[in-house]
Amino acid sequence: MKSLINKNILILFLGPSLAVLIVFFFLPVLAALLLSLTDFDIYSLGNISYLRFIGFKNYNGLMNDPLFWKALKNTFYFVVVGGPLSVGVSLGAAVLLNSKFLPLKKLFRLVYFLPVVTTLVAVSVVWRYIYHPRFGLLNYFLSFLNIGPFDWLGDPALAMPSIILMAVWKNFGYNMIIFIAGLQNIPVELYESASIEGAGAWQKFKHITIPMLAPTTLFVSVITMIGYFQLFAEPYVMTQGGPLNSTLSIVLYMYQEGFRWWSIGYSTAIAFMLFAIILIGTIIQFKLQKEKYV
Amino acid sequence: MISNFLTKIISAKLKIFAFFCLLITVFLLWSCSQKREKVVTLNFWAMGVEGEVVSRLVPQFEKEFPNIKVNVQQIPWTAAHEKLITAFASETLPDVFQLGNTWIPEFNALNALAPLNNFINKSPIVSAGKYFEGIWDTNIIDSTIYGIPWYVDTRVLFYRKDILKSVGYSYPPKTWDELHSVCVKIKGKYKNQKKYAILIPTNEWAPFVIFGMQNGSGLLKDNNRYSDFSGKKFEEAFDFLIKFYREKLAPVDMQQVLNLYQAFAEGFFTFYITGPWNVTEMKKRLPKSLQSSWMTAPLPSPDENYPGYSLAGGSSLVLNKDSKNLDYAWKWIEYLSKSETQLYFYKLVSSLPAVKEVWNDSVFVNDPYMKAFYIQLNKTKATPKIPEWEQIVFSKIQQYAEAAAAGKMNPEEALRLLDKDANKILEKRRWIIDNLAAK
Repeated sequence: MKSLINKNILILFLGPSLAVLIVFFFLPVLAALLLSLTDFDIYSLGNISYLRFIGFKNYNGLMNDPLFWKALKNTFYFVVVGGPLSVGVSLGAAVLLNSKFLPLKKLFRLVYFLPVVTTLVAVSVVWRYIYHPRFGLLNYFLSFLNIGPFDWLGDPALAMPSIILMAVWKNFGYNMIIFIAGLQNIPVELYESASIEGAGAWQKFKHITIPMLAPTTLFVSVITMIGYFQLFAEPYVMTQGGPLNSTLSIVLYMYQEGFRWWSIGYSTAIAFMLFAIILIGTIIQFKLQKEKYV
Repeated sequence: MISNFLTKIISAKLKIFAFFCLLITVFLLWSCSQKREKVVTLNFWAMGVEGEVVSRLVPQFEKEFPNIKVNVQQIPWTAAHEKLITAFASETLPDVFQLGNTWIPEFNALNALAPLNNFINKSPIVSAGKYFEGIWDTNIIDSTIYGIPWYVDTRVLFYRKDILKSVGYSYPPKTWDELHSVCVKIKGKYKNQKKYAILIPTNEWAPFVIFGMQNGSGLLKDNNRYSDFSGKKFEEAFDFLIKFYREKLAPVDMQQVLNLYQAFAEGFFTFYITGPWNVTEMKKRLPKSLQSSWMTAPLPSPDENYPGYSLAGGSSLVLNKDSKNLDYAWKWIEYLSKSETQLYFYKLVSSLPAVKEVWNDSVFVNDPYMKAFYIQLNKTKATPKIPEWEQIVFSKIQQYAEAAAAGKMNPEEALRLLDKDANKILEKRRWIIDNLAAK
């Protein structure tokens, strides 16, 4: 009897959110999974009898699709280079801003956080000018060092680094705030006793700051990785995936296939591949961090 | 007794209440039906600048047809395709809407468009003869007409008269060979200034398709079931264009010519194949001293039949098959197709009129830049009218043209891969055709 009441109460409290989750999350995901096994396209939208159940042909097609591999490679490039860079810059900025000797801390925090809250479209218009091969600011500065000029967004080899640079600049402020919060949670006593023992700044950073920040770092790197795998807006606005598809990301490819060409079946298959990749990436990160610090 | 009395009072009150309810309902119904008989509201969707400006044409129309109200909704081009398809899927398409004429096959595949043949047969205003042939043809699928051209668009050759003169030409090139030899001369003359002769942006599919069609390629073959880019005709045209990059007559890495007009003014390139929107832009953005130095010309041709074909672009007006107000919506299309409306519309946004006789107006006759467009509009050809075409040009032709231009692939290999990819896209179409044939 008692357990029955408990069950009822459980359902009462969990029910609403479960219902919302099921209707707006699990069912669509399930529908998408089924869709990824069909060739749903513009013809099927007009006449459902043109819908074919094709099993794993979409996934098979993806394996043989050079553009998918290209997008995968680009996305990994972005995650592997951009992710650590972004976390590193955030950590560096956080440590600097947490320093006792720095004046105008709040102003700097604001300035570094500003790119995060600025809309990407506005930002990318400005960056397109910065990157402009003939009249851009970046090439202008480099010309004093007798370097360049480079066609930042037009050269297939430089386009992705340019996107990474912009993305890091735009996003590091958010992680920086989280790191600052983490830093402020480290007891001052630890540093004081380390100083008494004669530890230098680098040793304190290595043996106190980094281990004490481990949970924050795990959170930040997982969130950053997930976010960076979903790279979309930057290339969508800046390069449309070009030149020569050198900035085509998985999500951008998915968007193009799905909403531009309406190959819904194919694009849901891409979505599930991305889901699997992110899941694996997250599991690996959790495992690595656990081995290190626990 | 008391209870009886009470019930009486209550029932009397109820009766009065019921009576009032009835009265209100009747009144509401009456007013509703009045409205429904009197005024029909048409929903009309239009894109871009045209969508912004078209609402200015509404008052005059509503004056002529007091029982029709037009509700204009403007949608940006970048979101138009998604929005229209989503609207179709949720059955909320407007009664009448603007459609880029290359989108008609797609919406026909969705079975979303009303056939217009009967409307046209009865219409005093719209008839095939009033329109440019190539453009009109883009609206016909299997002899059924689905759209009425609203404004038109094609590509012509923009060029710098002064630079051309400096290498000894007083007229624009009329054949491919001439185009090439002029370019070689320009490049030779301005060798030391890091200038190019022609701009063929590697991220535009249009030049490749245009030159292919000019050379007689059907682009696709077998009832548009297979791709024909490796075919001899297309290959010749493709090689011809790639030659401009190889000989450094056209810049390869200048996708980022952010300020096209400044580059044109500097003589960074002499020729550029582009559309009517750039006439307005050039007039606005080129320095005054250069205004007499540029001109437009019809496209050169691979043979002696000058000019060569160009794209039959533009937008059409179409009716939603499921609209309940088809007859009223047709009136709106007719109104937009009247010569006066077309001329007024041109003056508002400079969208080239689809109706031929409007071009006799002094606005066009006195504009030297428009002459090339009129000549070119009479020589346009529709691209294959199948839903997959947009995907083939935008994602595939562009991709392989870019790769070949940048020298990452030789043209032959690029075309072979292009064929392979395009055939993959066409697989569903083949399946449907074979399936229908089997039935």
